[in-house]
Amino acid sequence: MNVKNEILSGTPVIGAEQLALLERLSNACGVSGDEGEVRAIVMEQVKPCVDEVKVDALGNLLAIRKARVEHPVHVMLAAHMDEVGLLLINYEENGLYSFATVGGIDVRSLVGKPVLVGKDHVPGVIGAKPIHLTEEGETDRKIPLDALRIDVGPGKNGKVKVGDWVCFATRFAQVGPSLRGKALDNRLGVATLIELVKHAPDQIELQAAFTVQEEVGLRGARVAAYSLNPDLAFAVDSTPAFDLPTWDGTENEQYNTHLGAGPAIYIADGHTLSDPRLVRYLAEVGDSLGIPYQFRQPGGGGTDAGAIHLRRAGIPSVSVSIPSRYPHTGVQLARLVDWQNTLALLHAALAGMTSKILIR
Amino acid sequence: MIELAPFLKQLITLPGLSGYETPACEVIVDAWRPLVDELSVSRLGSLHGLKRGQGKEPHHRILLSAHMDAIGLMVTTIVDGLLRITDVGGVDQRILPGQLVTVHGRRDLPAVVVQPPDRLLPPDQNGKPVKLEHLLVDTGLLPDEVVQLVRPGDLVSFASAPLDLAGGVLAGHSLDDRAAVAAVTLCLQELQHVRHSWDVWAVASTQEEETIGGALTSPFTIRPDMAVAIDVTFAKGPGSTDYRTFALDSGPTIGWGPNVHPALHKAFKELAQKLDMPHHMEVMPEVSGTDAMGIQMVAEGIPCVVIGIPLRYMHTPVEVVSLRDIARAGHLLTDFIANLEPDFVEKIRWDEPPNCESE
Repeated sequence: MNVKNEILSGTPVIGAEQLALLERLSNACGVSGDEGEVRAIVMEQVKPCVDEVKVDALGNLLAIRKARVEHPVHVMLAAHMDEVGLLLINYEENGLYSFATVGGIDVRSLVGKPVLVGKDHVPGVIGAKPIHLTEEGETDRKIPLDALRIDVGPGKNGKVKVGDWVCFATRFAQVGPSLRGKALDNRLGVATLIELVKHAPDQIELQAAFTVQEEVGLRGARVAAYSLNPDLAFAVDSTPAFDLPTWDGTENEQYNTHLGAGPAIYIADGHTLSDPRLVRYLAEVGDSLGIPYQFRQPGGGGTDAGAIHLRRAGIPSVSVSIPSRYPHTGVQLARLVDWQNTLALLHAALAGMTSKILIR
Repeated sequence: MIELAPFLKQLITLPGLSGYETPACEVIVDAWRPLVDELSVSRLGSLHGLKRGQGKEPHHRILLSAHMDAIGLMVTTIVDGLLRITDVGGVDQRILPGQLVTVHGRRDLPAVVVQPPDRLLPPDQNGKPVKLEHLLVDTGLLPDEVVQLVRPGDLVSFASAPLDLAGGVLAGHSLDDRAAVAAVTLCLQELQHVRHSWDVWAVASTQEEETIGGALTSPFTIRPDMAVAIDVTFAKGPGSTDYRTFALDSGPTIGWGPNVHPALHKAFKELAQKLDMPHHMEVMPEVSGTDAMGIQMVAEGIPCVVIGIPLRYMHTPVEVVSLRDIARAGHLLTDFIANLEPDFVEKIRWDEPPNCESE
């Protein structure tokens, strides 16, 4: 068996068990600041296979799988558990609540959607004025957030109250080659990191940070990186694929990433210049093993790497993301093959990791 | 015995867009078959159920019309494996991004309506609602497979599941007007135990949202002496508070306006009062936007009344209706039919038009 086959044969495979776990993670509600439901699933999954695990002051779940050698590289992998969502701010009457957004939500994506409210996942809907009652030109104007309400029905409902977090009600589904659900940003990353923890190589110390509050300013990762104090870090996230036709049929030059083209390696985004040694290393691993990858188009946006790489004296960092369409909406779409290839690339990168990759 | 909530949930889980009502019709056929003496389907697809009256023939005929068609979308073209769409019935483009739908191609395909990011749209549209013609439907399949399975003209129906909200309230798509189909079904069920002298023609009509085709044709075959259009009306809710709106769960409305015969309005109003049933006068200043628009003009003209069931967020996939209001509307129809005397048609006259008293 040659080295290439040896590494690839150890790659965790995404099968029914992994898909069932992604389904649980996607359906769980974990809006920024309220990640407990997701954290409980992560804890159940990683606790049996790590040497240390704790939940820090902000709610990050930090799990350490120690090396089985002396003087290992300390590698942090961060995947944020939180999702964008809503928060009830005022009760009016007849089951109607006004609400605020948590994280970057396009208000245009909220109208006419079912939602789940609070820990008990009480169903509600965000309605809209009937089209029959709209004025001339009104349907060409955006419905502002303060005109929308969450309707849980006019009956007594002791389970819903101001301060409850709200997430989209979409249930996870596998559709042909695709995965469809809410919060695939970043439950795909969480599911990937769980697999990496379960299949951690022996020669590194794997520091898994399942972080909170990424969607409201990369806040969890900031303190997690301080605590873990790694030699280098990977953010495992989900990045938009804007690989759609343009309105006028011209070439789409702003696609960010393409579905089906493999894990997206970041070179530069709105918060981070990725460490070029790590970018080069990932590309070499992909090239040598025939694992497809793509470079995310440089541009805005950010991942946990933005908070990690400037902690302490600096932490060389890079982001590897699974492309998904329609991020920060109620229904996201990703490809199973991209998830598998992201897991393969990261697993191989960790399996071959030595301190030499940080030598310029 | 038909239970309202499960029956209505089953009805709104089905497609049945205007002109293509068969999936909904099949379920209504099963529900009505034991409740009526004859069932037939009109040339335009409307379902006619006849429950004969008792007593000396010929019987007068009352027509109850509830439309079974639903709003939705239709594929216009396929680009890079994604579908562009237009609407069937009136759909506000602002409710569409993020909706789960079913594309009725060579097989049914689960899909989602999406808005492309502003960077791929005309620059002067940034931040505005994305126009219907710029929205896309994504099946999650690869482009090669999509062109094998989908063609322009394929229907796209809403796929959101029914939701039970607090207070005996149901949310879902196509409650306009399957809620009224359910009310008529409850009425037919109650009539099993009631003597009535008139023949009752229950009609689940087609194409209301597009052409009113069912309502313009079924009465020609049936030739009723009078007709009741049962449709949903606007419930008070966010952005909907004016005179056209009625509180959810506050009883049915009785239409008043050019589409409504004043004697029928008066008869229903007096009946609701006698039954101590909460109700409202619904002012319909021009046309009613219901099957009554069509029925009234069939053949030599047919006296009509409109019964409304308040519903929030009409023409969205999260329409909200009170099950109690549906039951009330059904019961009002039953009681009206039970009290119809053989000579009621003589009372529908214009020589002594009754006044509409203010409430």
